[in-house]
Amino acid sequence: MAYSDKVVDHYNNPRNVGSFGKDTPGVGTGLVGAPECGDVMKLQIKVNLETGVIEDAKFKTFGCGSAIASSSLATEWLKGKTVDEAAKIKNTDIVNELKLPPVKIHCSVLAEDAIKAALADYRDKSATTAAAAASK
Amino acid sequence: MALKFPIFMDAQSTTPADPRVVEAMLPYFTEKFGHPASRNHPFGWEAEAAVDVARQRLATLIGARDPKELVFTSGGTESINLALKGVAEMYREKGDHIVTTVIEQRAGLDVCKRLERQGFRVSYVPVQPDGLIDIEAIRSAITDRTILMSVMFANNEIGTIQDIQAIGKLAKEKGILFHADATQAVGKIPVDVEAMGIDLLSCTAHLIYGPKGVGALYVRRKAPRVRLAPMMDGGGHERGMRSGTLPVPLIVGFGKAAEIARAEMAAEGERLAKLRDRLQDIILSSVDEAYLNGRPDRRLPQNLNISFAYVEGESVLMGLNKETALSSGSACTSATLEPSYVIAALGASAELAHSSIRFSLHRFTTPEEVEYVGQRTVEVIKRLRDMSPLYELAKEGVDLKTIKWKAE
Repeated sequence: MAYSDKVVDHYNNPRNVGSFGKDTPGVGTGLVGAPECGDVMKLQIKVNLETGVIEDAKFKTFGCGSAIASSSLATEWLKGKTVDEAAKIKNTDIVNELKLPPVKIHCSVLAEDAIKAALADYRDKSATTAAAAASK
Repeated sequence: MALKFPIFMDAQSTTPADPRVVEAMLPYFTEKFGHPASRNHPFGWEAEAAVDVARQRLATLIGARDPKELVFTSGGTESINLALKGVAEMYREKGDHIVTTVIEQRAGLDVCKRLERQGFRVSYVPVQPDGLIDIEAIRSAITDRTILMSVMFANNEIGTIQDIQAIGKLAKEKGILFHADATQAVGKIPVDVEAMGIDLLSCTAHLIYGPKGVGALYVRRKAPRVRLAPMMDGGGHERGMRSGTLPVPLIVGFGKAAEIARAEMAAEGERLAKLRDRLQDIILSSVDEAYLNGRPDRRLPQNLNISFAYVEGESVLMGLNKETALSSGSACTSATLEPSYVIAALGASAELAHSSIRFSLHRFTTPEEVEYVGQRTVEVIKRLRDMSPLYELAKEGVDLKTIKWKAE
């Protein structure tokens, strides 16, 4: 199978590979997929607690080239967006940008799931922090 | 010697034709174009003589007593279809049960699936973690309705060589026909249908430096005389077992490839095993948690199959594919989108099936290529592990099995 130039570019030069400390304030972590399915993505966002803007994003992916490219692209798109804007990223946007063939659409779905999971984790943690602050 | 790219290390999918093979074939496209079944003129005689020579060479390579026991087909898949369906149809009165293994190639498994839909019963014998089939497991699968055992001689993914002689002996003891799928074995390691008790044997030219589009089925004529229902009706060629005009140039090429293989097998096998062992050393000495698939001391000399934990196979191939051709058991590289059933059958986790890479060397592989591919593989694995969340978790001491994965 031939890969699109954009998939090859993200595979060869992945953006934002790495990790944040999970317990750092403002960090939301999403870990989706399963090793037995051949795809696992870890996607993290770091949100500015004052502005609600995603200042940084990182990923690590176990998966095929298209899975790596989908998560790399997702981190690029997340940076600079507010948490609410980030929730609007759709897998179809990733499919179109990377020109993924039908057999690789699940990679984009997984990337969308990873974004959602990271956002949910961030919200859970902020709610807990807020509750803790209120109870003091 | 300077490296020439891309490097081909996928020689269990196909091999390049040997120039000596191509040279032998060429006249049979043009001046010697006759139909071997034309009995009444020199064009036919010449073609028939060429086919006879090829048939003899192939018979010699596999230890067949009589060249007439070889039926030319279009390749391994057709040979397997003819053997299994032909026996099933011909011996249906005698029984309706077939014993095979879970690591057969797709053609073998799919023919068995079809036969099951037609009312046959098939036992799929499991494989041990080292890739070998336990002969006792085969024995216990046999019933009084068993008509055929079909077992792969050497596996296409992990290269494991089965104890064919023991299986042949068991077949004789039970009076059951024995088909060996030897597509990966013929021309690479010694094959002897007489000594090994093989009644039917499938092989193909393109895996032994011959042309694509031609294969053969060995069909025993004596003790026992095996009968087959043909799949192809027509002019009654190949003793009625496979009608159709013989592709003389391809058959001539197959014969030449068989002759070369027989003459060079020992030296070539030794050379390739050394190169393969070197490749294995380069990789295993530099990469942790890399697991060799298949029993090391019962492998085809050119085969190396390794699962690299925490990285996915297709991504490994993608890191190398501009310069090196390999294959993987990853779901993403298979037409069925399932991970390798062979690696999975060894009892490895599905993750390790997704992570398997097959290196297969060939007649034209050089030591320089081995050094290069070994080093590059190590680099690519390291790079991918740096971006693998599984590797990170494992290094933190997390047992991946304790995580509740949310599969899509």
